Amino acid sequence: MIKDEIILAIETSCDETAVAIVKNGTELLANVVASQIESHKRFGGVVPEVASRHHVEQITIVIEEALNKAELEPADLTAVAVTEGPGLVGALLIGVNAAKAFAFAHGLPLVPVHHIAGHIYANRLVKEMTFPLLSLIVSGGHTELVLMEEHGSFKVIGETRDDAAGEAYDKVARTLNMPYPGGPHIDKLAQEGEATIDLPRAWLEPESLDFSFSGLKSAVINTVHNATQRGEVIKPEDLAASFQASVVDVLVEKTYRAANRFDVKQVLLAGGVAANKGLREKLVVRFKETDFDLVIPPLHLCTDNAAMIAAAGSVAYQKGTRADMALNGVPGLDLEAQ
Amino acid sequence: MKVLAIDTSNLVMGIAVLDEGKVLGEYITNLKKNHSIRVMPAIEQLLKETGVKPAELNRIVVARGPGSYTGVRIGVTIAKTLAWTLKIDLVGVSSLEVLAQCGKYFNGFTVPLFDARRTQLFTGLYGQHENGVFQNLWEDQIILLDSWLTKLQETNEKLLFIGNDLPIHQETISEVLGSQAVFGQVSDHNPRPSELGRIGMDRDPEDIHTFTPSYLQLAEAEVNWLKSQGK
Ligand SMILES: [Zn+2]
Repeated sequence: MIKDEIILAIETSCDETAVAIVKNGTELLANVVASQIESHKRFGGVVPEVASRHHVEQITIVIEEALNKAELEPADLTAVAVTEGPGLVGALLIGVNAAKAFAFAHGLPLVPVHHIAGHIYANRLVKEMTFPLLSLIVSGGHTELVLMEEHGSFKVIGETRDDAAGEAYDKVARTLNMPYPGGPHIDKLAQEGEATIDLPRAWLEPESLDFSFSGLKSAVINTVHNATQRGEVIKPEDLAASFQASVVDVLVEKTYRAANRFDVKQVLLAGGVAANKGLREKLVVRFKETDFDLVIPPLHLCTDNAAMIAAAGSVAYQKGTRADMALNGVPGLDLEAQ
Repeated sequence: MKVLAIDTSNLVMGIAVLDEGKVLGEYITNLKKNHSIRVMPAIEQLLKETGVKPAELNRIVVARGPGSYTGVRIGVTIAKTLAWTLKIDLVGVSSLEVLAQCGKYFNGFTVPLFDARRTQLFTGLYGQHENGVFQNLWEDQIILLDSWLTKLQETNEKLLFIGNDLPIHQETISEVLGSQAVFGQVSDHNPRPSELGRIGMDRDPEDIHTFTPSYLQLAEAEVNWLKSQGK
């Protein structure tokens, strides 16, 4: 009988302390996330030092809860996976050192995982991957199109040249005096408004699959500013809808072009902004009646979690990827070097 | 009782393994190098050399700060995780108390210090209590050098200053305290992890899940937020 592969994964790259346990790469046994969002709300954004402090307070509690939920002992585990980067360095260090200590205590192999690889692999908990595939990753820190020819191979074919989509959402939300984090608020507001305001769409060079959102962000701020000066009232709902339409148009269209250009079988959505209703709806419409298999994971697998790190860790483990006790957190870790 | 002591709270990185009445091994460096990369390999190597398996450990003792926020967190995270997952005791000891130990036979008081930037110090006062035990007398704190020296003057005792950051402040200390101040020698300034382990052997264990570093000050964002709330 072949022994089950059971991976415990730790993710602390930003403001969630997360531990998950996944069996044979696809079966989720436990997925615990301690979110710090309530603490960071008062600062209007994630404060790295505060995030690091919370991670230390939560780390053993969250590991314990995951093992309890899965009804497993450390002796039942095959390996420990951990987010090596990218992310906030002080935050990454907590997960990396906890993972090293845990692996060392039980003589378990240690598997380093790239955070974005994790986001992509969240999809494997929903549906088996078919290659070549294209993944659109949108989060607070990332906006990327990644092509995968096979497991563990990542090629960035498009990326943002300035702000990440999530960043643009947060900044626009601040302009509209909405609380942090801005994404969900704008998404909700956009559902109630009409995209009646003309905002720019940055297509860049004709062949480019890159993104740019800083111009759009400035256009929104200018629109609000000009209206205020003229004493006009802009319905926030309409502004949110217009902004969202502009972001989503570019994201969806570039994804569609890339899918055609590289003739992929599957298109995956990944990252925290994948929770955005407007984006999900538009993607579904665009890819309907095409041969591309569009996979959108459930919300709890889109935002930062450790299940995705375990899923990516499983593939890395099978490929023989290992780290020793000198593993460090790498804030600017390169995906393609994986 | 087999004890693993870990100190990554400042530039000096220290690991020690103790067994009852014996210090089996000690690893100390005073280098501006990354603790996150070096501390687990050092633990791995020292346990191997001393023939102690992780599962044979009875207690983890960690220097809980004050010091570098990131440095303290690395040691505390490793200590919490090891202690919790090996189901053994965790003890936290002040990083200043560890440093103060080389003054334990000094006839007077001992003042360990770490520079905390902007002419501030992490420091405390240590010495023999009436019961003859060397211990903390004035609690660990973050304080401006000038205010601290004014307070220290009033002890009317000889004061032994220890710490690798002394060169930054030694001149001012000498000016204010004159011959009341005695300075440790070059080999006195590294906190010794064996002292950390020894102190931790006799202390009551902590609740592992809720154990946190002693930062001695709030994160800057917290301070500003409290101000904005009028608190
Ligand atoms: Zn993420």
